[in-house]
Amino acid sequence: MDPIYLDHNAGAPLRPEALRALSAAHAQVFGNASSAHSFGAEARAALSRARRQVATLAGVAPETIVFTSGATESNNTVLRQVADGGHVVVSATEHPSLLEAVAALRARGGRVTQVPVARDGRVDAARFADALEPGTALACVQAANHETGVLQPIAELARVAAARGVPFHTDAAQAFGKTPLALESLPIDYASLSAHKLGGPKGVGALYVRAGAALAPLLLGGTQERGRRAGTESVPAIAGFGAACEAARSELAESSPRLTRLRDSLWAGISAAISDVVRHGGPEHVLPHVLDVSFPGASGEALVEALDLEGIAVSTGSACHSGSTEPSAVLLAMGVPEALARAALRFSLGPSNDPAQIDHVLARLPDVVARVRRARAA
Amino acid sequence: MSARWLVAMSGGVDSSVAAALLARAGHEVVGVTMDLGHGTRDDAPAATGKRCCGLPDADDARDVARALGIRHYTANYRERFREAVIEPFVAEYAAGRTPIPCVACNRVLKFDLLLRRAEALGACGVATGHYARIAPTADGAPGLFRPRDLAKDQTYFLFDVPRDALHRIAFPLGELDKGEVRALARELGLATAEKPESQGICFVPDGDVRGALARLRPESPRVPGPIATRDGKQLGEHSGAAGFTPGQRHGLGLSGGPWYVAEVRTAENTLVVARAEEMYASEVPIRGTSWQDGAPPEAPVRAAVRYRHRTVSARVRPEADGRATLCFDEPVWAPAPGQAAVVYDDADQRVLGGGWIAGAG
Repeated sequence: MDPIYLDHNAGAPLRPEALRALSAAHAQVFGNASSAHSFGAEARAALSRARRQVATLAGVAPETIVFTSGATESNNTVLRQVADGGHVVVSATEHPSLLEAVAALRARGGRVTQVPVARDGRVDAARFADALEPGTALACVQAANHETGVLQPIAELARVAAARGVPFHTDAAQAFGKTPLALESLPIDYASLSAHKLGGPKGVGALYVRAGAALAPLLLGGTQERGRRAGTESVPAIAGFGAACEAARSELAESSPRLTRLRDSLWAGISAAISDVVRHGGPEHVLPHVLDVSFPGASGEALVEALDLEGIAVSTGSACHSGSTEPSAVLLAMGVPEALARAALRFSLGPSNDPAQIDHVLARLPDVVARVRRARAA
Repeated sequence: MSARWLVAMSGGVDSSVAAALLARAGHEVVGVTMDLGHGTRDDAPAATGKRCCGLPDADDARDVARALGIRHYTANYRERFREAVIEPFVAEYAAGRTPIPCVACNRVLKFDLLLRRAEALGACGVATGHYARIAPTADGAPGLFRPRDLAKDQTYFLFDVPRDALHRIAFPLGELDKGEVRALARELGLATAEKPESQGICFVPDGDVRGALARLRPESPRVPGPIATRDGKQLGEHSGAAGFTPGQRHGLGLSGGPWYVAEVRTAENTLVVARAEEMYASEVPIRGTSWQDGAPPEAPVRAAVRYRHRTVSARVRPEADGRATLCFDEPVWAPAPGQAAVVYDDADQRVLGGGWIAGAG
C-alpha cells in the first residue's frame, strides 16, 4: 500500500485545481500587478479573481482581504501593528507564531493577559470577559487549534469583546476551509488565513481586515494591497490560493461529514483495540478531520517514527526545527500531565484519505503501540 | 540475513560510514541523531573547527542518510542527557573529581535509550561508529574487544555497557582503520568524508573544562584558594579548584617546577601539588564496578587508568559494595578520581569491565 498521509494540519497536498491555477499563472501571468500596461492588468485580474475566491470562502467582502506570505505573517502583523505597547488578551493554546509575537510584544513593554483553557481545550467566555480591560488593545483567540482541532467559541467571544469595545482577532489558519466561517457576520476585526492548510500553495495566506478596522502596514515600500502590505504580489501563489479556496468551498458540505465519519471510525477502532487511550479535545467542538490521542506508556516521538516505518505519516503535534519533539504546549495548557502529553499523536485527515486507509492504519496501529510500550522507549 | 538496524548518526564520518556499511550489506538502516540540547545554532561556538555531536551536525547526518537512501530521525534526549551526563559531570568536578561523561552517555543514551528506541522501531539493535569489536568469547556469548585500529580504540568508554546488551549492538568499524574509513566515505561520496575529527567532550567546546563549568554552574563562581604541597607548604594561589585534574601541570603558575596537581580538595578549595616522582600509585581503589562476566576477574589482568594510556599488568582485589582495588605490578601515573579504570584480559584484547577511580570523597 502507498504511504498514508495523516498529517494535513502540518501541510496538505496541493489540490489539482490549485496546481492548475498556479501553473497557468506561472506560465502566462508574469506582469507586475502594479504596472499600467496590459500585462499588469492581467496580473491584477488574476489577483481580483483570487481575492473573490478567498473572500467567498471566508464569508467576507473581497476588499477586506490582504494577501500575505501566510498566517505567520498575518499573526505577526496584527500583533505588531494593532497591539504594540498596549494590553493584549490571548488564549493559552494559540499557535507559536502568535504566542511568540506576544512574547516579543511583552519584551517591548506591552502587557499580556493569557486566558486559560479548560480540560476540553476551550476558552471560557466569562474568564475571557474578566481578562478584558478598558482600553485593551487587542484580544486574540484562534478559531481552531492546530494540534487538537478544538473549535473555540469565537462568535461568542467576539461579541463579548465588541461589547467592551476591544478589537478581536482570530487565527483561523486551521479552521479556514474545514468548517464554515462567516467572518463578516461576526464582530471579528482581524482574521489570519493560510493557503497550504487547505490544499493551496505554501508561502501565501491572507489577513482579513474588517472594513473600518485600523491597520498600518508592517511591510513598507509600496501601495500594494491598498497600502496595507507592500511588496510585489506573488500572483501564481495567490491564484493557487484562490483556486484552492473555491475547490474547498465546493466540497465543504460533502467533505465535512465524510471526514467526520472517517475520523470517528479511526477513533472507534483505536479505542476498541488499544487499552488506556485518552482522546484530547473531542468529540464535540472539534474540527471534523482531527483526532488527538495519547497512548500512555508509549513515547509519541517513537510512535511517529515506528508508524513512519510502516508507511503511516502522523505527528506528535509539536515539532521544532530539528524534528525532535518537546511535549505539546497545547496539551500542557489544557492540564494534561506531561507524561501523557509526551505520549500524544495527532491524526489529521484530508481529502485523499479513504476508509481502506483507515482500516490499514487500524490493522497496524495496535501492534506498533504494543511494541513501543513494551520497549518502554523514550 | 537482512535486518533492520538503528544507527546512531552523530553527523561525523565514523557513524556515517557505519551506516553506509550496514546499508551496503543489505540491511534496512534507520539513522537516528540524538538531540542533546547543546550545540544548537544559537550557542554553537563560531567556526572553531571543533565539531561536536550536537544539533548542527544533525543536518549532516540527514544529508548522509538521504545520500544512502535510508530513513533518518532525531531523538530528543535533551532532558535525559542533562540528568544522566551533564549534571553528574558538574557534580563530579564540584567534588574534586575528573569525570568522563562519555561513559555514561554510552551506557545510558546509546546502549539503553537508543536500544529501547530500536526495539520500538522493530530494529534488531543499535549500531554506532565506535572503534571496538564484538565477538564470541570462549563461552559462546559475545564479548567486547579492542578494534583493529588501536590508535582509535574506544573500548575505554564502553567498559560498563552490560554484556547482555552486546548481542543487540554492532560496531561496523571494528575491523577497519581510520584511513580505510575515510577512504570509504570518499568512495561513497559522503558529505562528511572530510569532516574534522571530533575530539574531547561534545559539550565542552575546545576542551575548556573550566569555561564549561562556569557556564553550566553559574551559581558557583570560581573562588581563589591556596596551592600547597602535601605537607602544607603554600606555593601559590589558584583561581578556583574545580576543573583541575591530577597529573595536570599547566595553569598552576608556580615557580621552581615542574609541579603537578596531586589532589583537588574542593571542600577546602585547595590544590595539592607534588613532584613527578610522587605521582605514582601501585594500588588504585575503584568503585561502582561492573564486570562483563558478572564477577571480578581472578586471573591476572591488564588495566588502564586513563583513556589512551597503556595498560599495566594488575590483579583485581574485590571488596564489598561494588568496590575493588587494582593492584598494579608497576606503579601507574596520576590516577584521577572520577576517571574510569578499565580492565582487560591478560592478552590485552577483551574488556572485562572496570570501575571508577575512588578518592576525594
